[in-house]
Amino acid sequence: KAPLTRRRPPPSKSAMAPPQHDPRRPYKRPAISDQQRRRDSALQTQSARRADAQARARSLANSLLSPQPSSPAAADQPPPSPDARGERGHDPTVADVASAAAKLRGPDQRRWFARQIMLPEWMVDAPPHLARDWHVSARPAGKRCMVVSSNGITISRLRNGTILHRFPSALPNGSKKGLSGPASSYSILDCIFHEPDETYYIVDMICWRGYSLYDCTAEFRFFWVNSKLTETSAGDPPSTYHRYRFSVVPMYESTLEGLQAAYSGSTPYVKDGLLFYNKHAHFQAGITPLTLVWKDNTCSQYLIDTDSEGQVPTEQHVVLELQEDGKLVTSDDPPIAFGSLDNEFIQKSNLRPGNLLRFSVRDESVKLVDGKMEIGQLQLAGKLNRSRTFADSHSKVLFQYAARHAPLRIEDLVAAVQSNSMEIESTDVEMQG
Amino acid sequence: YTANMSLDVTQILLSAQSADGSIRKHAEESLKQFQEQNLPGFLLSLSSELANNEKPEESRRLAGLILKNALDAKEQHRKSELFQRWLALDSGVKAQIKALLLQTLSSPVASARSTSSQVIAKIAGIEIPQKQWPELIGSLLSNIHQVQPNVKQATLETLGYLCEEVSPEAVDQDQVNKILTAVVQGMNASEGNSEVRLAATRALYNALGFAQVNFSNDMERDYIMRVVCEATQSPEVKIRQAAFECLVAISSTYYDKLATYMQDIFNITAKAVRGDEESVALQAIEFWSSICDEEIDILDEYSSEFTADSDVPCYYFIKQALPALVPMLLETLLKQEEDQDLDEGAWNLAMAGGTCLGLVARTVGDDVVPLVMPFVEENITKPEWRQREAATYAFGSILEGPSADKLAPLVNVALNFMLSALLKDPNNHVKDTTAWTLGRIFEFLHGSALETAPVITAENCQQILTVLLQSMKDVPNVAEKACGALYFLAQGYVDAGSASPLAPFFQDIIQSLIVTSHREDAGESRLRTAAYETLNEVVRCSTEETAPIVLQLIPVIMMELHQTLEAGKLSTDEREKRSDLQGLLCGCLQVIIQKLGGMESTKFAFLQYADQMMDLFLRVFACRNATVHEEAMLAIGALAYAAGSNFAKYMAQFYQYLEMGLQNFEEYQVCAITVGVVGDLCRALEDKILPYCDGIMTQLLKDLSSNQLHRSVKPPIFSCFGDIALAIGENFEKYLIYAMPMLQSAADLSAHATAADEEMLDYTNQLRNGILEAYSGILQGFKGSPKMQLLMPYAPHILQFLDALHNGKDMDDSVMKTAIGVLGDLADTLGVHAGPLINQSTSSKEFLDECLSSDDPLVKESADWARIAITRAVSG
Repeated sequence: KAPLTRRRPPPSKSAMAPPQHDPRRPYKRPAISDQQRRRDSALQTQSARRADAQARARSLANSLLSPQPSSPAAADQPPPSPDARGERGHDPTVADVASAAAKLRGPDQRRWFARQIMLPEWMVDAPPHLARDWHVSARPAGKRCMVVSSNGITISRLRNGTILHRFPSALPNGSKKGLSGPASSYSILDCIFHEPDETYYIVDMICWRGYSLYDCTAEFRFFWVNSKLTETSAGDPPSTYHRYRFSVVPMYESTLEGLQAAYSGSTPYVKDGLLFYNKHAHFQAGITPLTLVWKDNTCSQYLIDTDSEGQVPTEQHVVLELQEDGKLVTSDDPPIAFGSLDNEFIQKSNLRPGNLLRFSVRDESVKLVDGKMEIGQLQLAGKLNRSRTFADSHSKVLFQYAARHAPLRIEDLVAAVQSNSMEIESTDVEMQG
Repeated sequence: YTANMSLDVTQILLSAQSADGSIRKHAEESLKQFQEQNLPGFLLSLSSELANNEKPEESRRLAGLILKNALDAKEQHRKSELFQRWLALDSGVKAQIKALLLQTLSSPVASARSTSSQVIAKIAGIEIPQKQWPELIGSLLSNIHQVQPNVKQATLETLGYLCEEVSPEAVDQDQVNKILTAVVQGMNASEGNSEVRLAATRALYNALGFAQVNFSNDMERDYIMRVVCEATQSPEVKIRQAAFECLVAISSTYYDKLATYMQDIFNITAKAVRGDEESVALQAIEFWSSICDEEIDILDEYSSEFTADSDVPCYYFIKQALPALVPMLLETLLKQEEDQDLDEGAWNLAMAGGTCLGLVARTVGDDVVPLVMPFVEENITKPEWRQREAATYAFGSILEGPSADKLAPLVNVALNFMLSALLKDPNNHVKDTTAWTLGRIFEFLHGSALETAPVITAENCQQILTVLLQSMKDVPNVAEKACGALYFLAQGYVDAGSASPLAPFFQDIIQSLIVTSHREDAGESRLRTAAYETLNEVVRCSTEETAPIVLQLIPVIMMELHQTLEAGKLSTDEREKRSDLQGLLCGCLQVIIQKLGGMESTKFAFLQYADQMMDLFLRVFACRNATVHEEAMLAIGALAYAAGSNFAKYMAQFYQYLEMGLQNFEEYQVCAITVGVVGDLCRALEDKILPYCDGIMTQLLKDLSSNQLHRSVKPPIFSCFGDIALAIGENFEKYLIYAMPMLQSAADLSAHATAADEEMLDYTNQLRNGILEAYSGILQGFKGSPKMQLLMPYAPHILQFLDALHNGKDMDDSVMKTAIGVLGDLADTLGVHAGPLINQSTSSKEFLDECLSSDDPLVKESADWARIAITRAVSG
């Protein structure tokens, strides 16, 4: 019998004009052929990869805010980010963080990630142009970690490189569900894990879908975090394929309003100080003066370091690393020595180079010389267990000292911001003239 | 001379239909020569032949056929050539031809009349839109009042064809009214001649598209509907069928005008479904399927978040008819034919009824369930196979539409019964439908997206697998459905990761599918295809744990592909089968490449096979000679992306096939896919693609200037320019003078295109997107190079294009995103040089603000980026 079309066949005509048959609806067949699926998926992948290539071209290189050679006006622009990492001998011009990280395994990978974290200096003085060149945000209290999603799994690592959580998430390639692009392409976020609401608060973005944001300014990275995160459902409440919620920490311009919003505005998380980011700074591993942390008793429960019992000791404590030559140094690069131990004492106390030691500091033995701290006498208070990997930085010791004696107050920051805004106004006047 | 010639023509036309090949060939040669030497004379003698009642029927029919082919062709390009050729003919010759054709409508020979009416319609299709032949419709309508029924019949037929060829806008409402009056009168029961009534009914089918105004007038619509409904009661089966075909067409064209007629139509269709000839009953069911289609579309639009509204309201006809409609459809399910599952082309009452039931379920959802379940429960255990099959089919049909909450308890009860029926039922039909129903259960009630408690659990999954793998050894049609069920079972576990209950059986599943594909009877019922497609889906849902098993599959599939290449001399039929098999194998490799190439743990091991795979793909291309294999091309694209810059070593050999693919105008899908692969290569090879770019660009530019290439390939070609520029950077310099003018003229066209319909607007937006992606890639490619100065002359035009798009207000979000990105790229690459231009541009500020406040995060992202780039360019 002649097959009739399910869709209306037009009135049959003579043999000369075969009627146009619309395709019959499949009977007992899946409606979409696997071949069509392969074709469609190839087209989709291609267009996603084109978008990636395009985005990479836009985000990489010297494009944003670095002065253009042909631009005579470059001098009027805000100063380009000082290339601090060049001075310090690090060289993460690793264009593709993802591919480097992908090759590492086990402890190497752990160490690698430990080195990637960007550590703020402690703010002991308000930097110049605070209002013009800086962002501010309220820092959530919690565990600082690097969150990496790739290959269908998300892993968060603490500052020392050990794993905090291994979980599925709605970040790109963060769960087996919805893998897209090469499954191995990494996304790396700088987060603080906030226990009370089990949320990862994103403070920075280092890599997204395999392309590096190293060479991008903080300003660009923050806008990128905001826009990219909304592309995923990582901000949704937890579900089977999304164990923890991710949330972006609101970032403000460091103006009076911004500072007030960060300092006194309500947040869904417990605050632990304020974070300041220089807008023009590129991401940089290690301690950097282009990111600053500041605290007082209003915006942090942890202003002054406590001892192992959670008590504020009567004397300031510092943690320093013992070097081969007996010097006791900070975690800065290059390290700053606060004193030394003699060989006999080292052997007697069974200490080794690399050990982290806690010392108490007598107030009267501290001297401040050109913004640098000198300590006359260190009293060994104990050896630290191995879970801690880093000594204190110079700025932290200084901040702790200041906190006990002459803290930098919020009023001082407000004053700094206000003086800044006057500067901006005066520039405006000049330009109009 | 003319007489001599036409004498010759008769003989030649008869010879051209001779059984003797050499005579036929000679005659065809002569006709071709005649046509080439003297086209007007040729067409004139063919029309004389057709009009001459003294001539044999066979020569007249062929004369008409050649005439028709001289006026129209399927292929768009050829078609417009023929249109132009006809319009350019001497008007005296055309008038003579038309007079002869009209004269033929009165011929006593039916086939001559019918042929002539089709040729007249073709000429009308060319001339009426050009406002030529204005007297045609009038002279046809005057024929209607002739007494001879054969003239009346031929005239109605001509009017029908004319409505098919000419678009409604080209005909005045006054003439439309006259045509409809003539046609509907011809359909009336008072028309004594059934040939005339049939011709009129078929003509109405084509004329319905002209009746918009008339259907809005209650009196005229009532009249037309009454006549159509009466015609469904004609004693002639052909008239009844044609009348139901009209009802089907009305149901989709005038859905919103049907409310007052639905009760009558239900009665008419129910009577036809229960008692009329199958050809009539099928159309009666089709009416309800068509109403379902309409309501599904409308309800879809209701729930869509963008419009949340529909131009046409839903009248819920199906919901209202449900209590009577469902029992009627269930009855049809019992009218299966023996072996219908073995016949690819089969279409009968049971199949149409079941399909309609499935549509009803999608239209009304939960409400269908209580009406169908008693039928299922009553029949599923009956000794007669028809009852068991009908019950199973009914159950399978309602699995899409109703909520999972409603269905899950029923499926939980049915699952074990189905599994046992699939193995034990003595009847192949029942097993076929059972396996299909299981597949529908897995498709709609299984998978991580489902909110309810899972129907498929780790516990019953093992049993299901055992049954399906066993059933894959059954007769081909049953085995094919079992593969299909496994496909959906696997699909539901795509997200399950290492927890997938399939993991422990992974090796067995793959083994069984390979064995199935090797069955000697795997060519029947599409079994081999189903086995490979299922294998693909299983590969797609493999995990880190099962990836090593997929890795082992590579040499197996490669060996199969190798074997297809070793075969000796093949017949055409065998060659086609081999090509199909190669397609399946390349498709499978493509899926494996995508899967393993994306997994860090297997990528290295998998790339060990790259050389061998590439060698096989090249050989597959080589044995097709003229064209390249689409599937192999897709697989190569995936391989290039996985291999990255290492793919460069294959380029020398692969290049010729790449070029061949780009030249394939006929199979435009192949061309489109090859263009996509060029993009893959650009991203994989980056500047290593440079040596091949001259050839590729030449071919792409040729493609763009060709009239023959399907238009859907053009947008991806523009995007491909961007891919190339991004890969080779400033080396794109030498192509600028060719590519930029093409982009500019395409941009001008697409900016000012007035889209007549949704489809055209869609295409226009694709085209704009392609052009913008090209600009984006070119601008970014030159970033940081001193040669970016070369782009300055093009910048004003790009900005004008963006202005035009913004002013046009008909961009979709994806064009908006790309467009605002191009504005950013312009600023980013040209820096301070672009600043003044952007400041001058009339709408860039407004456009940027609009995008910055867009609800679409991708548009907003692009805009945020553009804002930063522009701020720098403007302030710098």
